[in-house]
Amino acid sequence: MYRYDQYDQTLVDERVAQYRDQTQRYLAGNISEEEFLPLRLQNGLYVQRLAPMLRIAVPYGLLSSQQIRKLAHISRKYDKGYVHFTTRQNIQLNWPKLEEVPDILAELATVEMHAIQTSGNCIRNTTTDQYAGVAADEIEDPRPWCEIIRQWSTVHPEFAFLPRKFKIAVCGSEEDRAAFLLHDIGIQLVTNDQGESGFHIFVGGGLGRTPVIASSIREFLPKQHLLTYLDAILRVYNRYGNRDNKYKARIKILVRAWTAEVFAERVESEWAHLKDGPATLTGEEIERMKSFFTMPDYRVVDAGALDSQLQQTAEQSKAFARWLERNTRTQKQAGYRSVSLSLKPAGVAPGDVTDQQLETIADLADRFSFGELRSTHNQNIVLTDVLVSELFELWELARAAGLATPNIGTINDMICCPGGDYCSLANAKSIPVAEAIQRKFDDLDYVYDLGDIELNISGCMNACGHHHVGHIGILGVDKKGEEWYQIQIGGSASKDAALAKVLGPSLSRDAVTGSIEKLLDVYVENRLEGETFLAAYQRIGIDKFKERVYAPTA
Amino acid sequence: MRQLLKDGQVIDNTWHRVEAELDAEQKTLPSGDILVPLSMWQNNQPALENHIGAVGLWINGNEEIEAIADSMADSIATVPLIAINFPKFVDGRGFSVARLLRDRYGYQGELRAVGQIIRDQLFLLKRCGFNAFQFESEIDLAEAAKSLADFSEAYQVAADQPEPLFKRR
Repeated sequence: MYRYDQYDQTLVDERVAQYRDQTQRYLAGNISEEEFLPLRLQNGLYVQRLAPMLRIAVPYGLLSSQQIRKLAHISRKYDKGYVHFTTRQNIQLNWPKLEEVPDILAELATVEMHAIQTSGNCIRNTTTDQYAGVAADEIEDPRPWCEIIRQWSTVHPEFAFLPRKFKIAVCGSEEDRAAFLLHDIGIQLVTNDQGESGFHIFVGGGLGRTPVIASSIREFLPKQHLLTYLDAILRVYNRYGNRDNKYKARIKILVRAWTAEVFAERVESEWAHLKDGPATLTGEEIERMKSFFTMPDYRVVDAGALDSQLQQTAEQSKAFARWLERNTRTQKQAGYRSVSLSLKPAGVAPGDVTDQQLETIADLADRFSFGELRSTHNQNIVLTDVLVSELFELWELARAAGLATPNIGTINDMICCPGGDYCSLANAKSIPVAEAIQRKFDDLDYVYDLGDIELNISGCMNACGHHHVGHIGILGVDKKGEEWYQIQIGGSASKDAALAKVLGPSLSRDAVTGSIEKLLDVYVENRLEGETFLAAYQRIGIDKFKERVYAPTA
Repeated sequence: MRQLLKDGQVIDNTWHRVEAELDAEQKTLPSGDILVPLSMWQNNQPALENHIGAVGLWINGNEEIEAIADSMADSIATVPLIAINFPKFVDGRGFSVARLLRDRYGYQGELRAVGQIIRDQLFLLKRCGFNAFQFESEIDLAEAAKSLADFSEAYQVAADQPEPLFKRR
């Protein structure tokens, strides 16, 4: 993974000193509330319903065991002994004290971490595939490019006060696991006819109140031009994005108003001035970045023998076999697998982990996955590069720590925002809805029979829980002061990205779980052999689902 | 006479802003050094040429600097002062306008940030090419000047650093 040199470390240390000074001036009454707002947001600090919330950056989801141990320590010392993994691969503390945040940031800086630009109207954390570097369908490892973007975007002098927040994702594989078409800029690594690698650039995707799938503006950008081209896009957006209405301020609104063609022309004409300028990447810099993301020291193993041994172990333990099927994934390196540690056991807010679990995760990473781990946009943890012969032992240890719920990719592996329990924007609670669904669908055989289903829950239309792109999406709405829920179906965050359609009138919380069950019944009754929920919906349409959910009760 | 920060020093402001559209027939320009809006610059050149005192340009972040810079590419270098107004401190358009003036049009004169800027933006403003800062609110300028040096290094190319960090590491 990327390691700081003295430049990176100095910058992060100076940021801590800057924010410490800003906090002191704010507490002394020398900075107004209005002026302090963007300063604290750009250092990750929100003021929430019950307490401040601090969002810590996890660049493209990559963490070391040392960083995880530091987070465990911070959660004990400054918070209530747990942290929350977000849908942008970041980490949130729910109960920090405003006056202690500079100390937390100083502790983070000692392990090459920060909270810079995790909120506010600026360029946010760049995200990517949690299987970067090990995915069998990978074209190129996206992480060196993510780190190049991270450095370019960090304390960018021109783009710290954009019309609205700005999110970039990079996809380096055939299948999309980064939801890159739902970002302000989506970057896809591609190869052209001459066999050169470069980028396909998309702009204007996003969720929120107006969900939009990104449009292509350049099919092939040679790799050395990445930063000058990003500068051009951001400059056009910074100058012409709407600043009068925050609900119309995202780049997607500008792209739609101008059309993608016109937007592309504006970017190209801006870029003509920047192209080949000093920010053009050098081969040396690209190689330097790639040198940080080398493969670990894999052992030479007899993969066939390991696999047959694994099958024998699985035959002796149904629980292990289930976990193996749902929570592990083959890699391009034979003899190794990637393991998902589920942060979604029933009864725990999705994405929450305790300090003790963090310590266990760090130990597991040291012991089984070369001291590294990844956070995922589905709010789980992935340990890559686990030797197949060590999976059983890993499973036993993870299970003892409550990290081996075999539900990855199932209906119970839902994406869920903090909702009305924590968030001051929420219209409705989302965590109790998630829990009710997990309790309802606790029969594993039934859940496995349903196969892959993405169920996403947001407590309001800001869509932090990505409800628009769930195969089943649940949106909390306010109806005359009461919490109601709208159900949507047919969304997808993968390469065939689609926005879900609203099923019908919103429902009370009591009716949500029963309605989900009816949707699943319609699926089970109508599916063809091997057909997923999403595929069945795409074939039979919304009506059958709608009729069942809204049928008058006998 | 309000003070401002210029090149790290606290100095007196000697420039007068001309706000309204000038009707050349009826009104006269104030004496001394004046800052005029873009529209006046474009429409009243004869009056401005006869003015005794320096004439600078006052623009808002949402105005297209290209409109005049492209037509006077050679003479923009001779403008002694260009002021870019920030109507709200969170409106970041002025940062881009400053970079265009410095990087694209090679403007070398005084580039002054005016309006609702805040102290904590000084480092970023300086990087985008501003060398003078005129705050709307009353603040301790000497104290605020410390924020010009919040960071000792930066990753990006900008008006104050022609090479990105990756070429200097």
